[in-house]
Amino acid sequence: MSQPGQQQSAGSRGARSLLSIDELGAEGVFHILDLADHMAEVNRRPNPKVPALRGKTVCNVFFENSTRTRLSFETAAKRLSADTMTFSVAQSSLNKGESLRDTIETIAAMGVDAFVIRHGSSGVPWMVDDWTQASVINAGDGWHAHPTQALLDAYTVRTALKRTGGLEGLRIAMVGDVKHSRVARSTTAIFRLLGADVTLVAPRTLLPPMVDEPTTEDLDALIEDVDVLYLLRMQRERMNEAHVPSLREYTTRFGLTPQRAERLSPNALVMHPGPMNRGVEIAVDPAELPGAVITQQVANGIAVRMAVLFDLLGAGPGSAETLEGSSE
Amino acid sequence: MSLLITDAKVIDQNGERPVDVRVDGGLIAEVGPDLSANGQDRVIDASGCVLSPGFVDLHVHLREPGREDAETIETGSRAAALGGFTAVVAMPNTDPTQDCVEVVDFVRRQGERAGWCEVLPSGSLTVSREGKQLTPFAELADAGVRIFTDDGNGVQDPLLMRRAYEYASGLDVTLAQHCEVESLTAGAVMHEGECCSKLGLPGWPSLAEELMVHRDIELVRLTGARAHFLHLSTAGSVALVRAAKADGLRVTAEATPHHISLTDSMLVSYNALYKVNPPLRTPDDLAAVREGLADGTIDAIATDHAPHVPESKERPLDQAPPGMIGLETALGVALAHLEMPLADIIAAMSWKPAAIAGIADRHGRPIEPGEPANLTIFDPSIEWEVVPAQLVSKSHNTPYVGVPLLGRVRHTVFNGDPVVIDGKLEGK
Repeated sequence: MSQPGQQQSAGSRGARSLLSIDELGAEGVFHILDLADHMAEVNRRPNPKVPALRGKTVCNVFFENSTRTRLSFETAAKRLSADTMTFSVAQSSLNKGESLRDTIETIAAMGVDAFVIRHGSSGVPWMVDDWTQASVINAGDGWHAHPTQALLDAYTVRTALKRTGGLEGLRIAMVGDVKHSRVARSTTAIFRLLGADVTLVAPRTLLPPMVDEPTTEDLDALIEDVDVLYLLRMQRERMNEAHVPSLREYTTRFGLTPQRAERLSPNALVMHPGPMNRGVEIAVDPAELPGAVITQQVANGIAVRMAVLFDLLGAGPGSAETLEGSSE
Repeated sequence: MSLLITDAKVIDQNGERPVDVRVDGGLIAEVGPDLSANGQDRVIDASGCVLSPGFVDLHVHLREPGREDAETIETGSRAAALGGFTAVVAMPNTDPTQDCVEVVDFVRRQGERAGWCEVLPSGSLTVSREGKQLTPFAELADAGVRIFTDDGNGVQDPLLMRRAYEYASGLDVTLAQHCEVESLTAGAVMHEGECCSKLGLPGWPSLAEELMVHRDIELVRLTGARAHFLHLSTAGSVALVRAAKADGLRVTAEATPHHISLTDSMLVSYNALYKVNPPLRTPDDLAAVREGLADGTIDAIATDHAPHVPESKERPLDQAPPGMIGLETALGVALAHLEMPLADIIAAMSWKPAAIAGIADRHGRPIEPGEPANLTIFDPSIEWEVVPAQLVSKSHNTPYVGVPLLGRVRHTVFNGDPVVIDGKLEGK
């Protein structure tokens, strides 16, 4: 029994949902990065809109405040001519009233082809994926995963360094609050999947209890050698939870200060998932850093999310044509 | 009601022997080979089965009063009877709390009305389980309470706990501690280790349990009181209790079926059925808990039967309540996962918890003439799987569906009455 808009989607790889980098795998990552190149080309057109997902409905379901990710997904969906809906709700009000499952099933009943879901609790996109036949895209769950951020980060490094394959041989430092960061988990996973050497730079308090990657507290010892310096967002409340004694001390030990910026290799990239805490993790003006690709990350986010949506919802064989014609 | 149980292999604290057992007037009337049927109301053929003293569960949440949508004393004690339990200790985290005579009397009476097994109310250690003011231990002891606990919460304040042990040492009661230093577990969802790191979930470190086990062992040393440690889950806790026992301290401990059969890696499914408190831990911890049971460091297997309505277990992992049901699966999990002599497993499910619960006068008794007839008859070799529709507990939050279990209760005799026959509740 199928209803319009609720058929199981058959995208170009046959996958229904994007939940994590691990589940996507190297082949899936390369496929999406290559697709993103096409999407970037679409985005450079005078009219950056194609009919690829005409008739498809994408629902952004955000249980946690997010401006940039939601706008990025909305823009991506619209450039592919999908219809979009947005459902935003403070997590706490949901606790008292309708259950998460009832919310999802209610929206699904309206006829949705894809859920883009952001939730403060780890694992929610997997639960939603069990409850619906629609595609589910994880737009960030708790501290756990943020696969489209990882994809746009990998895409940004690849394009900035003009690579076509993986990221073999690159030395990447992920600096800051790894413990509470879904970006750190997913982006580290994709960098490693693509062959880069990732070192986590943080005090022990800001690392998860157990990690596979090499770790150090000495940013100064490796800053001259990194190809990519990835700064994580440092949240102010971490100070109250005794993760760091003070933000000033954090900046002294782990921030990108002018002194450290001078020691960076001229070709090194500086990245940040946003929003930035100026004066904390980044104490220089990124506009003055030749290797800063922070705004490119945002721009690439649209192309990558278009690629993800097209990968999951595109009409299968022959669908590449729908990327050519202008939609209006 | 009179009964004749034939061809049973009796296992009790006096060893193992094949006998027939005649039950009359609530007591064991006769034990011997080849007893003849003479006008019994009922004959139970127990060939191939083990006949043991009835099981005693030190740790169940029956949810009444307060959460009758999840379980009632009627449904929970039915589940107990099917699991072979003739007595269960009802945890006090009800609403209202079992912190005064009126509420514990209500729980006991509801158990008597149900009539499937003895329901022993525990009392909370502190008023409303808030960890601030002691409950009236002596009044509650006069009302039959033998175990005091704030289960669900550990008592955080060391001074209050010292006073509790000191005050209790003059009464014939046991204080049972849920060992969790809460400042170390704020927001914790699962064991702190490799899996929680990958899943991005706040961790519940072993240290949070072990610190309080250590504190309470030292308070027992100081005060001479008795302490019982609820649901031990870590290798370090087992080692601490082992050393305390070697020092001759009056401490006892229990472990749950899930902590001897499941590990934290199960949470990668994000299935909240695996969320319990204390959390499922590592294979090393699991092995240490099994070892603790095998060498007697851990005295009892207790289920921590914790029913929850289905909606609550469909919440995200960090918002779902902890706990799983366990009464109907306890024996099957224990026999499937413990490599201990059968007699030792029965000891941990019967006479040892009966002694801790202060009911050794009527439960966990040897199978001898004149003893109260609280008996469990189970087939230790049946392999079976849980069928959710057949569970009699009102809630079905068990992760053991589809998991092979070994050994199943066939008959349960409570106060001389067969309350379970052939794995089915007897109509009343």
